[in-house]
Amino acid sequence: MNFLGRYIFSTDHKIIGLQYFILALIAAFTGMALSVAMRFHLSYPEAKVKLFEILWPNGAPGGVMTPELYLALMTMHGTIMVFFLLTTVPQGGFGNYFLPLQIGAHDMAFPRLNMLSFWTTALSFLVLCSAFVVEGGAPISGWTAYPPLSAVGPVAGPGLGQGMTIWVVSIALFSAGSLMGAINFITTTLELRAKGMSLLRMPLTCWGWFSTAIISLFAFAVLIAAGVLLLMDRELGTSFFLPAGLVINDKPIGRAGGSPLLWQHLFWFFGHPEVYIAILPGMGIISTVLATFSRKPVFGYKAMVAALLFIGFFGFLVWGHHMFISGMNPYSSIAFSVLTLIIGVPSAIKTFNWLGTIWGGSLHLTTAMLWALGFVSVFVTGGLTGIWLGQPALDLYFHDTYLVVGHFHMIMGVAAVFAMFAGTYYWWPRMTGRMLGETTGKVHFYCTFIGVYMIFIPMHFAGIAGNPRRYSDFSQFEFLRDLKMLHLGMTHAAFFTAAVQFLFLFNLLWSLRSRAKAPANPWRATTLEWATPSDEPPVVYRGAYEFSTPGARRDFRMQNEEEDTGT
Amino acid sequence: MLLAIVIWGVTGVVTAGFATKRWWFPAPINTHAAAFDSYFSANLIFSGIVFLAAQLALGWLIWRHRNRGQQAVHSDGNNRMELLWTSLTAILFLGAAIGSARMWSDVHLSTFSTTPMRIEASGKQFAWNFRYPGADGKFGKTDARLANDAAGNPAGILPDDPAGKDDIVNAALRIPAGRPVQLILRSNDVLHNFFVRELRVKQDLVPGLDIPLHILADKPGEYEIACSELCGLGHHQMRSVMIVLPQPDFDSWLGKQAAK
Repeated sequence: MNFLGRYIFSTDHKIIGLQYFILALIAAFTGMALSVAMRFHLSYPEAKVKLFEILWPNGAPGGVMTPELYLALMTMHGTIMVFFLLTTVPQGGFGNYFLPLQIGAHDMAFPRLNMLSFWTTALSFLVLCSAFVVEGGAPISGWTAYPPLSAVGPVAGPGLGQGMTIWVVSIALFSAGSLMGAINFITTTLELRAKGMSLLRMPLTCWGWFSTAIISLFAFAVLIAAGVLLLMDRELGTSFFLPAGLVINDKPIGRAGGSPLLWQHLFWFFGHPEVYIAILPGMGIISTVLATFSRKPVFGYKAMVAALLFIGFFGFLVWGHHMFISGMNPYSSIAFSVLTLIIGVPSAIKTFNWLGTIWGGSLHLTTAMLWALGFVSVFVTGGLTGIWLGQPALDLYFHDTYLVVGHFHMIMGVAAVFAMFAGTYYWWPRMTGRMLGETTGKVHFYCTFIGVYMIFIPMHFAGIAGNPRRYSDFSQFEFLRDLKMLHLGMTHAAFFTAAVQFLFLFNLLWSLRSRAKAPANPWRATTLEWATPSDEPPVVYRGAYEFSTPGARRDFRMQNEEEDTGT
Repeated sequence: MLLAIVIWGVTGVVTAGFATKRWWFPAPINTHAAAFDSYFSANLIFSGIVFLAAQLALGWLIWRHRNRGQQAVHSDGNNRMELLWTSLTAILFLGAAIGSARMWSDVHLSTFSTTPMRIEASGKQFAWNFRYPGADGKFGKTDARLANDAAGNPAGILPDDPAGKDDIVNAALRIPAGRPVQLILRSNDVLHNFFVRELRVKQDLVPGLDIPLHILADKPGEYEIACSELCGLGHHQMRSVMIVLPQPDFDSWLGKQAAK
């Protein structure tokens, strides 16, 4: 096989997993750079930055960022991070690489479909980035793309012409890629498990990928449909989302019969389950890492599986909590509120079980373990504010303030990213045969852990003071001027936290230079990806987390170990 | 060990940040806002206790069970514990949902005992207009295509509708203190959002819908109205003010406007 067949258009799940991982790495650093530029502008609105002018000659004439460029960066930051980082690494990256290994399958069920799904995703990313260079620049409508702003073209503002169309096409492509992936994951999990690998012996990571795939199948199917409708409103003159009587920028739009709220319903029917798409595989990683480095079985394995499935199902019944103040029927807000708080229960169950897992353990504080324990901390912090926001009476004030920004960055962004870091430090030896530097890793962890709290907790204070989100400038309102120092602190914390991420990049690259090969099972873990590779399909004899079993020869028993042989 | 100390340190700083209330709500100007504040305080205290308990426990477990060569306890779960914390959180979370439903109903599902004064609040990229029905108590019909700030008709009132002759349109929202007001929120271009921090209320403006919002302000003063739904490049400057006047001052202002 030539280079092209082996590394580019590969059908090998391991190569495809790495491709997703590398794509997401590029996306993550791009998205992070955008956020740094946004924070810079918020705190130094008048500063002339040569780099801005070089990158965006129209968006930053003379190096000063315009409001439309700020909103374009914001839209692209959100879109890149949600789709190409949070959706891509946990499922496409780790899932492709490790699902077949962990269930003892030779590859994914449909290797060619797998390749197609990666390349569709990669194409989607290129299409999205091209929005920066078309006339009018990237869209300014936010990653939620609410119509009418997103549906009527450039009359509503810069970036809403070609840039917006490109955004919709990119999202539709991404949805198609995710749907292909979902079918592959579901089929692989159900059909290709090794002998003895019953569903309830699967590692919780596999449960995470499996339930995420099911959620993706329904959620992305709706998003792709919504995207097509939006595209038709934009290009073909339909009125799914446009009511009668619209006059935008003195120009009559001349459509009738549609509803802007319809988009919100469709979008959040995807958008809320998307939160779980981002976090469920991560929860599986955290359970595995905590168990392995506590040398204890996962506490309440069955409760963990039940919680995952419960979240997967109820995740589709809570989308309305994004719409309490949207003009939706106020009675439905009460129903959505009750359902939203109910879905908090399985998340709490998982947290209790994680604490139960480390309780009584023998904790080895490796870098992977630090990220996992840090995950529990930020998951609690981000989750509690969800209880505030899930109540419509409190959302009456907090909706679309910085409190929401702080909340979702903590729970969906930071927690999910911590799980990715835990997964990377844990699996890197298996993926590359090299160990990552533990000292660099720990410095990276501590700086990031303190950094994210310094960025996102002050956002809660800004939200309590009423600071609306998606403002490119805080000078127009008296009450926002009082928050200047608060924002300055967040901005500098963001600079710091972004800078230390290069330690991670350095660690990855440095490890590849190292000549020392990683041992086959460096963490003394139990699951099949660490088993000695063999041409024979593995046979599974036990559950996924047999640590410190009384009477056992050593403190872990791999799933394919037949019995204690005493050797 | 270091991790336990860092988690405790961060927990302390976060708790102190919330406790000092350096950046906080503005003072309430009606009973709803006061009720909101006390309900939020209850939430804050409850979640603060859970936050402290969880983070301190996490740090303590890390400290206590760090590897010093000891054997891990073998345990793969405890169904009674699962049942306990599942039912406990379910009760607490459902309690919160039900506890706040009342306040939501007061804002959106109840009516005033007296007839409210009606004011139409409309937003367009990136300005606000507030329309009073005038002496006849009726709003004139509008057509957004006729809206023209320069011609003195920002609301686009039809010139041949007699009900619109005495309508008063103003860029600031003036309301009398202590009197119920029904805002009718409208937009003809994109989504906007009416948000006055001191009222503790916000509501989207949606093209195609007339959305009623009941407000009542007791305390005279000037309060900023901030658009809180992304509406385009000038979203950050879509500002107006809500001026709450004592009833006599309001009456004389309205009289002067009508005379114009």
